[in-house]
Amino acid sequence: MDWSAINPAFFIASIMVSATPLLLAAIGELVAEKTGVLNLGVEGMMITGAICGFIISVETGSPTLGFICGALGGAVLSLIFALLTQLFMANQVASGLALTLFGLGFSSMIGQGYVGIVPPDVPKLMEGADLSAFQRIALGHDAVLYIGLLIPVIVWYVLKYTRLGLVLRAVGEDHEAAHALGYKVIWIRVGAIFFGGACAGLGGAYLSLVRVPQWTDGMTAGIGWIALALVVFASWRPLFIIIGAYLFGGVTVLQLNLQAAGSTIPVEYLSMSPYVITILVLVLLSVLQKYGLLRAAAPAMLGRLFHASN
Amino acid sequence: MTTPLLRLSGLTKAYPGVVANDDVSFDIGHGEVHALLGENGAGKSTLVKMIYGLVKPDAGHMMLNDTRFAPDKPSTARAAGIAMVFQHFSLFAALTVAENIALGMENPPKMRALAARIKEVSQQYGLPLDPLAQVSDLSAGERQRVEIVRCLLQDPKLLIMDEPTSVLTPQEVEVLFGTLRKLRTNGTSILYISHKLEEIRTLCDEATILRLGKNVGTCVPRETSAREMAELMVGTRLHQPERHTRDMGADALEVVDLSVAATSQFGTALRGVSLRVREGQILGIGGVAGNGQDELLAVLSGETLSPKGSIRFQGNDISRLDPTSRRALGVLAAPEERLGHAAAPDMSLVENACLTAATRQGLAKNGWINWGKTRQFAEDVIARFDVRTPHAQVAARALSGGNLQKFVIGREIMQDPRVLVVNQPTWGVDASAAAAIRQALLDLAAQGAAVIVISQDLDELLEITDDFAALNEGRLSVPVPTAGLTVDQIGLMLGGAHGMEQAHV
Repeated sequence: MDWSAINPAFFIASIMVSATPLLLAAIGELVAEKTGVLNLGVEGMMITGAICGFIISVETGSPTLGFICGALGGAVLSLIFALLTQLFMANQVASGLALTLFGLGFSSMIGQGYVGIVPPDVPKLMEGADLSAFQRIALGHDAVLYIGLLIPVIVWYVLKYTRLGLVLRAVGEDHEAAHALGYKVIWIRVGAIFFGGACAGLGGAYLSLVRVPQWTDGMTAGIGWIALALVVFASWRPLFIIIGAYLFGGVTVLQLNLQAAGSTIPVEYLSMSPYVITILVLVLLSVLQKYGLLRAAAPAMLGRLFHASN
Repeated sequence: MTTPLLRLSGLTKAYPGVVANDDVSFDIGHGEVHALLGENGAGKSTLVKMIYGLVKPDAGHMMLNDTRFAPDKPSTARAAGIAMVFQHFSLFAALTVAENIALGMENPPKMRALAARIKEVSQQYGLPLDPLAQVSDLSAGERQRVEIVRCLLQDPKLLIMDEPTSVLTPQEVEVLFGTLRKLRTNGTSILYISHKLEEIRTLCDEATILRLGKNVGTCVPRETSAREMAELMVGTRLHQPERHTRDMGADALEVVDLSVAATSQFGTALRGVSLRVREGQILGIGGVAGNGQDELLAVLSGETLSPKGSIRFQGNDISRLDPTSRRALGVLAAPEERLGHAAAPDMSLVENACLTAATRQGLAKNGWINWGKTRQFAEDVIARFDVRTPHAQVAARALSGGNLQKFVIGREIMQDPRVLVVNQPTWGVDASAAAAIRQALLDLAAQGAAVIVISQDLDELLEITDDFAALNEGRLSVPVPTAGLTVDQIGLMLGGAHGMEQAHV
């Protein structure tokens, strides 16, 4: 095979693009899970964001408006989940799955007239064919990619150093105790779900406006599920989400590049590798926890329903 | 007469089907330690929740320093100077001491300043604490200190304490009482909820007694006997468990130098545990929570298998047998955690009866359950142990703690065990139900069964056991006869004031 067909600068730049939707969806889900909510509807919220963002930018010609509406679309869909699980006390796993199925069907329905259309171009910080390798990697991207890198850092800071973050973690660790101290468990969780939906929607819009950029039915193709695995992979640590997303993104891009370069390794093995790595890392984490070398970071109330008892 | 700090007038709160508080009125004076007494379900919790702003009263009102006081949420109550230490600690195990304390404050200072304040206040009141320690690593006594320090940082006018001593060693109780007296001297009032009458007699200035949601009287604890207060609580004469003289038979269960590694992250390893119980004997095992009680119960019941030859029943090695096989032989156990361990919360009492009694009572044959017989067995348990439930098909979760406890203990006793191991048999059970359970354990021993009672309630152990051993950090002391032991001696056996040494830095 021909390694010289792979240009390192292009390669790294495309890893960053490919990792961003995943990164956004995973950091949103991490915040929801930190408050004890397991939302399996990430895939549905992403694809809803993808089609909302796509339609709005095509109709208005403004990618910015598209991204905003993509985030809004995902967030509004997540409110259905919040309503079901937080107010009606429905099972989180079933509600999340329903959200994914609903999102896939709904996006396919409203996106019928948009297949094959090219969306307006998203402006980049620096453009052109004559960029240096550094410029291409560090500056040759759109604003959302940088926002995506910034969000995990902000989330990390807020969770670790602010009162808001402390309350969020407290609700996820022990909702009864948080309630006894007078914190509004339900509304804090609704807020976290909403944030998760907005991030997933933004990630979806990035997919249809930048990464592909096109609309096809079911175009998320499982990225929402990978985002869920990524939260576990990062063991609920925001900064690890970046590493994990770039690893997944890297393997995805590498696989495409290897294919283009005429690799002899069957493609199936390459596409399998991120998942194999996830399983290995999860096993490693369990072993470390068993021997007390690492504290379990999973929120204690993950997936549990809270019912105020007075 | 001076105005009281807090005056409650005609507080009433009804829930569907039950009046939790009915026209309750009393005063708490400045710098007074006021006891609130009552059985489970008497309405103590609801009353303090109203004072703390977690529940709104249906009728009646409160006056704080002669101004109308109607908190709609805990932060309002805290702002008015009311602080509360909860019975089940409202602490977050995965967070540090300082983070936990910050969560309970309205306007917490920066973490570093807060840590310094915590050190200062904790030293001042003799409650040493490391602000950066993670709560999951602390003992029960230390966890309680976190709660108390959290309250003290807000300079409360009224400190509410809900059953604060139930998890402490006698020495730790002394430390706590020292702190509370210091607070009283500084003018803080304390509302002290407990059903340990001797404690109330030594600590409290005045006591209000609730029964079925009504205030049935006040008394000055120092001048009232524990028995009189207990009878006010229950409303009838209290039945004192009777011991029959009984003959000790042959060795029933013997454990020889048993060491087992901790099974969970926060568990305790058992180290060289040896014990022996004879037929007709009740062995009491005392200790502060988290010193290996759950692990000891698990190895005796068969949930955790132990090294070959370490556990013998009537001379035969049972250390590698699972719980069902041990049950078949007559070695039964009732764990501490009622919901989720002793009983499956969402299954009915009949189904729960079947879960542990199937083998010994012949409730299942070739894999088919005989539901008629099972229901009969469950109904027998309900009748003999006075379990208050509409019928036997009610989910275990729906029963109050005390009633479910009577059911899970009764279920084992009715299976005619040869050896019965119980952990915290009367935890959270009201006085009359506790007396009934203790009597049943005494009767069981009188019929020739060997009984091991693991408990943190020292009065209970002194009352019903023949021999006493202490469990401390997974080690079991040599059993000594209970007769003649004093609470102080027991306290020393339990390892004194737990965690005080390392906290003195």
